[in-house]
Amino acid sequence: MTDKVDVVVIGAGLAGLSAAYFLADAGIETIVVERGDFPGSKNVTGGRLYLNPVRPFFPADFWNDAPFERPVVKEKLSVMAEHSSTTVELFSEKFRAEPRPSYTILRAKFDQWLADKVSEKGAFIIPKNKVDDLIYDGARVVGVKATDSELLCDVVVVADGVLSFLAEKAKLRAARDPHDYAVGVKEVIELPAKTIEDRLGVSAGEGAAQLFFGSITRGMVGGGFLYTNRESISLGMVVGIEALKQHQPKVEITELMELLKARPEIAPLIDGGSTVEYSAHVIPEGGVRALPQLVGDGILLVGDAAGLGLNMGITVRGMDFALASGALAARAIRDAKAHPSTPLRSTQDVAPFSAVLLGAYEQALRDSFVVKDMQTFRSMLDVLDNPRMFSKYPEAISSIFEKMFWIGDQPKEKLSSTVMREALKHFGNLDAVQDALGLLSV
Amino acid sequence: MPINIKAKLGVNAYKIDAESHIVVNHQVCQTQCKIKFCTFVCPARVYTLGDDGLIHIEHDGCLECGTCVIACRSDALTWHYPRAGQGVQYRFG
Repeated sequence: MTDKVDVVVIGAGLAGLSAAYFLADAGIETIVVERGDFPGSKNVTGGRLYLNPVRPFFPADFWNDAPFERPVVKEKLSVMAEHSSTTVELFSEKFRAEPRPSYTILRAKFDQWLADKVSEKGAFIIPKNKVDDLIYDGARVVGVKATDSELLCDVVVVADGVLSFLAEKAKLRAARDPHDYAVGVKEVIELPAKTIEDRLGVSAGEGAAQLFFGSITRGMVGGGFLYTNRESISLGMVVGIEALKQHQPKVEITELMELLKARPEIAPLIDGGSTVEYSAHVIPEGGVRALPQLVGDGILLVGDAAGLGLNMGITVRGMDFALASGALAARAIRDAKAHPSTPLRSTQDVAPFSAVLLGAYEQALRDSFVVKDMQTFRSMLDVLDNPRMFSKYPEAISSIFEKMFWIGDQPKEKLSSTVMREALKHFGNLDAVQDALGLLSV
Repeated sequence: MPINIKAKLGVNAYKIDAESHIVVNHQVCQTQCKIKFCTFVCPARVYTLGDDGLIHIEHDGCLECGTCVIACRSDALTWHYPRAGQGVQYRFG
């Protein structure tokens, strides 16, 4: 059977659900098609959601009943050498104050909650249905071919995730370059809430986030992460796919993950916990230069499908971009629907829901924090994609602190002498100066 | 460090599709790819190189990340998501 609706959203992740929420809110008839058994059943995050950037899009009370795991009040950054590590820890009352800047989440729970919000607004969510292809009228997208049916519509919102087979089908994206993607793995390790709070040093209900850089990725661009959930710890590892392909000798991310868990800095944090899930997901890291074409006639891309992710070194973002892009896509569709050329009155008119009209979405995205942040941090990955960042410097940093704190059987020299000599030894060369300038440029 | 991938994947929930969502074009794989990236980039060890020189697939354990299809540049892999409702079922995500 063939039905006609205003909009079909492909994929019930954060971008697709956000788009559907705002479309339904504007009275636009919307169907979300999801391949999993329920929204969230195919989705993975590290994960932490930065809420401040997206608060302005949503009603003030929207997040009140959200199934957040824990607000992050403590940020830790660990530089890992082979046999030592240096950790910077930020604890700030500012991060504890309402509204909280970020929360840890688990997607199976979170996405179902968001999907319920979308259903309440009046959009239909059809799970266990996979969209295999698009339907065209000439060059214009006019519907989707799903498992059970064909659906015709004015606009297709492509939110099928980072691999976006449908963006490829619509010829909006070029072939994927392994340089532009990273693979992440994660274990969810169950532990009692009190144990988590004691080990991470946070108050009841509050949480911590920790990122790990250095020898753990053996010179490859990437790192480890730890997020506290209510009754579990999300521990994982991310590595650039091209770096993984080229690394000699061959290494598997699974092995790096096991070594991370065995590190004496980390093992006590997860001791006695039981791993209840092992997941993997690809992350778009190509940044602004790898953005696909975001709109076509009757079609637009949101979230990971649009390549909207950003590795800012000490913060990794994607879910806030997904929510914002969904909201902006919905606005553009609403405006296109209200445009005088809909329905088409004369041949002089711009075709309804054409790329020209939906292009407002691309412009809005470029004017928003999403593309602006991607633009600001555009060279971050080039700076980070440097083996020295992950091997030489982490060793140097820990070595300096090691010498400062060490008391041996010989008289100790002045601290300033130790620091000066070691700093010169490790950083007093052209490579290091260039790398420092690179870091300063972002 | 030896990895027991079966034990790692064993904690996950799956609805196993009898039909594999991954197909290798052995002819392309054998003639155009020397390194067999899929055998070491996949976090679920779906791909193994058999004694027969062919890539063997255990699609049951696939985590649906897509790393293989990004890493394989010889177009030897046809990779789709499993059929609707099939495959890995993330209970936490």
